Amino acid sequence: MEREFDPRDYAVAMVGITKQFPGVLANDNVTLLVRKGEIHAVVGENGAGKTTLMNQLYGLLRPDSGKIYVFGRELNLKGPRDAINAGIGMVHQHFMLVDNLTVAENIVLGSETRRGVIFDLRQARMRVKELSESYGLMVDVDAKIEDIPVGMQQRVEILKTLYRGAEILILDEPTAVLTPQETEELFEILRKLREAGKTIIFITHKLNEVMAVTDRVTVMRQGKVTGNLITKETNPREIARLMVGREVLLRVEKQPNEPDDVVVEVEDLWVKDNRNLDAVKGVSFYVRAGEIVGIAGVAGNGQTELVEALTGLRKAHKGKYMLLGQDVTNLSARELRLRGLAHIPEDRHKYGLVLDFPNYYNAILGRHDQEPFCRSSFLDHDVILKYTKELFETFDVRPRIPEMPSANLSGGNQQKLVVAREMSSRPKFIVISQPTRGLDIGAIEYIHKTILRLRDENVAVLLVSMELDEVMSLSDRIYVMYEGRFTGEVRPEEVTLEEMGLMMAGHTWEEVRGTVATR
Amino acid sequence: MIKSQQRIYAVLVPLLSVIIALLIAAVVIVLVGNDPLKAYWEMLKGAFGGAQEIANTVVKTTPLILTGLAVGFGFRAGVFNIGAEGQMAMGALFSTMVAMNLGSMPSVFAIPITLLVGMGVGAGWAAIAGALKAFTGAHEVISTIMLNWIAYYLGNYMVAAPLAVGSGTPKSPEIAPSAKLPPLLTVHATELTSGIIIAVIAAVVMYVILEKTSVGYEVKAVGFNPYAAEYGGISIAKNVVLSMAISGALAGLAGAVEAMGVHHRYLGALTAGKGFDGISVSLIGQNNPIGIIFAAFLIGSLRTGSNAMQFLGVSKHVVMIVQGIVIFLVAAERIVRTIMIYLRFRRREAGMES
Ligand SMILES: Nc1ncnc2c1ncn2[C@@H]1O[C@H](COP(=O)(O)OP(=O)(O)OP(=O)(O)O)[C@@H](O)[C@H]1O
Ligand SMILES: [Mg+2]
Repeated sequence: MEREFDPRDYAVAMVGITKQFPGVLANDNVTLLVRKGEIHAVVGENGAGKTTLMNQLYGLLRPDSGKIYVFGRELNLKGPRDAINAGIGMVHQHFMLVDNLTVAENIVLGSETRRGVIFDLRQARMRVKELSESYGLMVDVDAKIEDIPVGMQQRVEILKTLYRGAEILILDEPTAVLTPQETEELFEILRKLREAGKTIIFITHKLNEVMAVTDRVTVMRQGKVTGNLITKETNPREIARLMVGREVLLRVEKQPNEPDDVVVEVEDLWVKDNRNLDAVKGVSFYVRAGEIVGIAGVAGNGQTELVEALTGLRKAHKGKYMLLGQDVTNLSARELRLRGLAHIPEDRHKYGLVLDFPNYYNAILGRHDQEPFCRSSFLDHDVILKYTKELFETFDVRPRIPEMPSANLSGGNQQKLVVAREMSSRPKFIVISQPTRGLDIGAIEYIHKTILRLRDENVAVLLVSMELDEVMSLSDRIYVMYEGRFTGEVRPEEVTLEEMGLMMAGHTWEEVRGTVATR
Repeated sequence: MIKSQQRIYAVLVPLLSVIIALLIAAVVIVLVGNDPLKAYWEMLKGAFGGAQEIANTVVKTTPLILTGLAVGFGFRAGVFNIGAEGQMAMGALFSTMVAMNLGSMPSVFAIPITLLVGMGVGAGWAAIAGALKAFTGAHEVISTIMLNWIAYYLGNYMVAAPLAVGSGTPKSPEIAPSAKLPPLLTVHATELTSGIIIAVIAAVVMYVILEKTSVGYEVKAVGFNPYAAEYGGISIAKNVVLSMAISGALAGLAGAVEAMGVHHRYLGALTAGKGFDGISVSLIGQNNPIGIIFAAFLIGSLRTGSNAMQFLGVSKHVVMIVQGIVIFLVAAERIVRTIMIYLRFRRREAGMES
């Protein structure tokens, strides 16, 4: 830096921020400088302290030391209200919307300009509509939150911040829950916002996204800043190295494996969704021991319901599900687990964890009543603690504090805990749904290797993921799902991404190969 | 480090709340034209002034521990058992009916049987609400309140007609002497019954169940996050019914102990709101078995002491005010906690500047 530091040069200047949690130094003298009108990426490993840093900018946490300037003015934030008044808006890693209210109601909720709800709502509806149109967000303001997909919900969160007059938007891992299509749309919105002069701080683990939309990058590692880069002048490899501190394989090497006997057989399975409509419409498939079977598809085409039916969380109303030669249709999660099922759920907060439990309780969820963790109804805390420590060591869950409530783990470390628990339960059949959602590249590499290792240990693996890359690189066979049905069964090496895209849009394999052949 | 801090807060918050509550109540006492210091002194003497006073306090504390545990266990398991009152009544009623007929049985059998009947009936009564919740989704707050009324009128009817003896207050016959809880000590007319031992054992058992067993693990999981519980192979329906049953068993035990140790019979006024007090007790005790013992003792002594205070012309409603404020402050412990954190923050900032 040639010039003396002047906070007025920046929309956001966080200088020398330090934040200590019990046993964890989450931010260690961190400096983040964001210029007005730029999209600024903050990247870093799970637990690097990104969310913590942003929570301090949004007034949810107070720094132990350090200064925060917004548009050159030093702020002493006592709560989110102060941050909102200073023009800061935040979309959290885990959304905070009220399900059974409409979009407009959610946006007005907690806003300052409250003058009789009805009057306010009418006005709000108009204003929200205007905002939505001017930035191309296309949100139906009268829809209920529970009825709109995640991607839309996220736009509602963005609208909420804009409605409150945000000039600076913080987006904490917004793309983790989005389909590639939705991600592309989000980027369009972000670019529009940037054109309108808004400043955006964007947290992500996906380096291609960093390359695609951002202007600058701040890299964090173990609470410290390890790099300040200009996007145009860097590349994913360099960012990855700064993040992890070593070279990372951006793609795993897969050895061929000879599958064994059929472990899972599903025949003409029909499953309804929450609104009682058919979500899975008669799918049939099999998974063999030592084989990874992928299910590819755009989110919302019945994958969630299929997984829930296979894992005992939802009833199938027709069809047959065989596991190791036994009919297990509509058995409970417990009975399926006893027969060798493990399950990494897509929603770690809803299903994967009891957030209020300490980590060592969550580490045995599903096996909490079995030896060696439990003997004649009494939990053996020593054994459980020891087991948890080993699990944390093997899967690098940080910080390694078994007694800490899981709610205090960073998002990625929560995911690692779930993955660690399920993969270590010696399953015969494992259903893996969005395993790497929210994980950093180092962790993804490790999880991918572990999935392959499970396969090589003769486990039957069903992998459901919205990351097409992930499905394509790990699976031995892939079923493509569209509107509750399979449009094709393919081997990853025999299809192109383009063909996969066509099948995911509803074209059958025969059609796809037909068109390709006639071209 | 985190743990010890939490523990300090757990003690400090209720303690501070009591002090603040007493200060506010003092203002009320002044307003009604009395001397708060004198009133509190009388109250103190009334609760702890002598052997009889202490015995009285312990007798009042005993059922409160048990109903407090009942409600507290429910809270930990995510069910809101408002029905401790009715479960206690049913426990007392049925254990009395059994104990009336145990004349020929030695105490070693008669006492455990009677206690078990009280627990079993309380458990069953509460399990009705649990099953309604588990299988029809009926909210336990509504169903337990309705079950309270049913229990109340059933009890009144039983002592008014089929079981009625003597004149005056409707009451049942005395239970067999062998089924009475032996007094630990007798001062004048007051018997300090061994019920307190049962209550303390119950607290220990509840602690063990919650913290050391897979049953506790499961009910807590269901209470915190039913989705994750189900995912982990834990049956929500089973655990909702079980949580209500355990909660009800503790309330039923309160009824049995009260019948066997204090009244030696069933009468309509036996429960007298002790089931509802259990809600306050568990709130003040922060659903922690040890905390509940202390909270019950606090409420018990305030109650006993208030009788003495009345001689000075201070209404015993003042005690209700104290109790109300304590609960309010503990329930709103965030307020106290926030003030404390704020003060510390201020102090540290001041320290940094200097
Ligand atoms: N309330 C809390 N109490 C204790 N520790 C906490 C708390 N919140 C966060 N931490 C710890 O601080 C560290 C940083 O967490 P943070 O959530 O900021 O990470 P992150 O960079 O956002 O990670 P991820 O990519 O996984 O979301 C972690 O080790 C986490 O466990
Ligand atoms: Mg985070």
